[in-house]
Amino acid sequence: MRQGKYPFVIGFLIAPLALYGMFVLRPIAAAVQVSMTNWSGLSPDFDFVGLENFQKLLDDDKVWLAAKHHVFLLVTLPVITIALALFFAFLLNMGGGTRGGTMTGVWGSKFYRVVFFLPQVLAVVIVGVIFGRVYAPDDSGILNRLLALFGVDAVQFLPEFGLWSILGVLVWQAVGFYVVLFAAGMSSIPAEIYEAAVMDGASRVTIFFRVTIPLLMETIKVAWVYLGILAMDAFALVMVLSIDEGGPDSATTVLPVQIYKSGIRESDYGYASALGVALAVFTIIFAVLSLRGGKRNAVEH
Amino acid sequence: MSNHTDSPSALSRRSVLRRTAAVGLLATPAAGLLSACVGGGTDEPNTSATGQVSAENPLGVSVDTPVEVVIFDGGLGTKYATDVHVPSYQKKFPNSKVTFSSTQEVSTALQPRFASNTPPDMVNNAGSKLMDQGKLVEAGQVADLSDLFAAPSLDIAGKTVADTLIPGTIEQGTFNGKPYVLNYAYTVFGLWYSGKLFKDNGWTAPTTWADFTALLEKMKAKGITPYSYAGANAAYYQYLVILTTAAKIGGPDVLKAIDNLEKGAWTNDAVKQAATLWGEIGAKYGNKAHLGLKHTEVQLQQNQYKVGFYPSGSWLENEQSKDTPAGFDYQVAAIPGATASDKLPATGLYAAAGEMYFVASKGKNVQGGKEYLRHMLSKAGAKGFTELTKSLTVVTGAAEGLTLSPGLTSANAALTAAGAANFSFRWDAWYKNLDDECRSATNKLMFQGGTADEFCTRMQAAADKTEKKFSR
Repeated sequence: MRQGKYPFVIGFLIAPLALYGMFVLRPIAAAVQVSMTNWSGLSPDFDFVGLENFQKLLDDDKVWLAAKHHVFLLVTLPVITIALALFFAFLLNMGGGTRGGTMTGVWGSKFYRVVFFLPQVLAVVIVGVIFGRVYAPDDSGILNRLLALFGVDAVQFLPEFGLWSILGVLVWQAVGFYVVLFAAGMSSIPAEIYEAAVMDGASRVTIFFRVTIPLLMETIKVAWVYLGILAMDAFALVMVLSIDEGGPDSATTVLPVQIYKSGIRESDYGYASALGVALAVFTIIFAVLSLRGGKRNAVEH
Repeated sequence: MSNHTDSPSALSRRSVLRRTAAVGLLATPAAGLLSACVGGGTDEPNTSATGQVSAENPLGVSVDTPVEVVIFDGGLGTKYATDVHVPSYQKKFPNSKVTFSSTQEVSTALQPRFASNTPPDMVNNAGSKLMDQGKLVEAGQVADLSDLFAAPSLDIAGKTVADTLIPGTIEQGTFNGKPYVLNYAYTVFGLWYSGKLFKDNGWTAPTTWADFTALLEKMKAKGITPYSYAGANAAYYQYLVILTTAAKIGGPDVLKAIDNLEKGAWTNDAVKQAATLWGEIGAKYGNKAHLGLKHTEVQLQQNQYKVGFYPSGSWLENEQSKDTPAGFDYQVAAIPGATASDKLPATGLYAAAGEMYFVASKGKNVQGGKEYLRHMLSKAGAKGFTELTKSLTVVTGAAEGLTLSPGLTSANAALTAAGAANFSFRWDAWYKNLDDECRSATNKLMFQGGTADEFCTRMQAAADKTEKKFSR
C-alpha cells in the first residue's frame, strides 16, 4: 500500500487542482497581466504600459475616497454586526434564564431565529430596491412617513447620510446569518460550564462576557474576516441604492464601483484591472492581519 | 440646423478599393501591439462577404450571406426593427437571413464579442449600459459609413442617402472627419410641461429669464415644485440645459470649445453665467428631495401635476405614455433667453440626432450591415419607426402624413421656430469620464449649494486631465 500512496493522492488532487487553476488562478493571472496594459476591452489589441495604471491609481482622488469609505465600513460593519448578532444569539440561546439547571432562550426564540435569518435569503438587489423605498426622500418613504408622524421634516437619507444608510442595510442583511452562526457556536458550549457558572451565582451579563464570548472567540474571528470582506465589496448595494451609482459626488463610492465605472462605462479595462489587483491586495492584507493579529490561545472546552 | 455636413465631394471620391484599404488600416491600429490577446479571439484579418455592385445593389451586398443585427430593447422597443426594417431587408434579399436579437445590456452582451473580433454586423449602441462609442472607433471596430451616405436612397428617387437627411446628422456621427455612426432618432431637448396645467392657470411658456422666474414664482405659490430633474440618475438632462443656456449667451462656439477640450472652455464667461443662473433656479425653485429620485419618479410627479417644468428630450412623451393622465397634453418650450445680449435667439434649441447605430468593421457581412442602415433610412423605414415609437427620425419629411401626438407636434413647432439656431455637443459621448464628472458637478450645483465657480473650475480641471482624441 505504501508505494501506491502518491499516485493515489495525486489521482484525487488532479481534477480539483486543474479546475482551480483554470477558473481561479488563471483569471487572477490574466487580471494582473491586463492591469499592465491599456486594453480597452473593445478589441483584441493592446499595448504593454508597465506600472502606468498603478501610478494613475495613486493619483486618482476617487480611489482614495473609495478607500476611505472602505476603512469606514471595515471598522463599523464588523463591530456593529458582531455586537448585535452576539446579543441576539445570546438572547435566543440563554436569554430566558435558567430552567431546571439549563439555560433557555427567550420565549418564541425559534420564531425569531427564522425572522433574523430571512434577510439573508433575499437577493441583494431586492434588498436594495426595498430600502430605496424605506429611505425615499419624501413622504413616500417609510422612514420619512414615520418621522412625519412626529412632525420631523423629511430627512435626506441617501443624499446626506449615504454611507450610513448603506451601512444600515449591510448590517440589517448580515446580522441574521451571524445570529445563526453564533447561536450554533453557543449551543456547542457544554451545558456543565453554564451550570457551574450559574451555581457560582454568575449573572446573565457575567456569563455572557466571561463564559460565552471567550469560548466563541474563534467563531467571532471568522465572522470578522467575512464581514471585512463584505465591507470590501458592497458593490451591488451601492449600485442599486445610492444616488448616481456611488454618489452624490462619489460620497458613497467603493472600489468595486470605480472598477465597474472605469471598466464597463469608460472602457478602460487595463485601469480597471489595476484597481482590481489593488483591491485584492487590500483584502488579502486585511485577512492576514485580522487572522494573525487576533491570535491568542484559544480557550478550550 | 448646424450645417456642417461632410462635403459631398469628399464622399464621391471613394471607391471600393479605397474602402477596402481603409478597412484594412482600421483593422491594424497603432504599431507595437502585443500579439497575445486577452479575449481569446484571433488577430487574423476578417474577410467580409461582398457581392456584385449594381444599381439595384449599390453597396455590393452579398445576396446570400446572413446579416446579424442587435437592437437595444429600451424606450423605443424593438417592434420597429422586427416589423419594419428586418422585413424590408428580407424582401430585398430573400436569400440572406437576418439574424435579429435584442438586449437590454448592450455592453454586457457585446463587449466580449468585440474583444474576440466576432462582432455582429449592425449594432444599436444605446441604453445606460452602452459601449463607449469613442473607444470603439478608436479601437478600429467601427466601419466607415461614407459609401452608405453616398449610395442612392432606397425609395426616394434621385437622391443619395446623405441628401435625405436632416443637416447635421452625419456630423453628429463623425469622428475625426469620418462618418462612423448613424444617429437615427431626431431629438428635441427643452423644458417640458403640461399644456393642461398651463391652460387652467392661464400661464404661457416664457421666453425671457425674467418671465421664466416670474412664472416659477407663481408655480411655487400654487404649491407645485416649479422646476425639477432627477438627481439620482438623470443629472445629464440638467447639464444639457445649463450648456444650452451657455450656448445661447455665447453662441454655439462655446460648445465647440468644450468638445475640443480647449483651455478655458468651461471657465468661459458664458458657461459661468449659465451655471450661476441655473444654480439660482435650483436653490430657489428646486426640491431638495429630488436629488434622491430617479427620472421615472420625477416624471411621474409631473404627470401628477406636482412638477412644473421638467428638462428632457422628445422621447419623454412616449416613455410616460402609460402614466400620463388623459388631457395632460405634453408641450415643450425652448429654454428662455438668458440676457439681453444673447448671441442666439430665445427660440434656439438643443436638437440633435441621437440613438446610435453602427456597423462593425470586423463583422462577417459589413456591407450587409450598411445595407440594413439604408433600409432604416428609407422613407418607408423612417415612417414606420415614427409610427411605432412616436419619435422623429433624421430622414427629412418622413413624418409627413402621420398624425403626430401633442408632444411631438409641439417639438416640431419648436424646431421650426428655432430655424437655424439649433446646436448640440459631442463631448459626453466622446469622453465618458467627463460625463460622469459633470453629473456630479451638476447635482452639487443644483441641489447641494455648489457655486458656478466651483462647477466651472471642476469641469475645467477634469477636461484638462482628459487626453484629447476627437475634434470637430
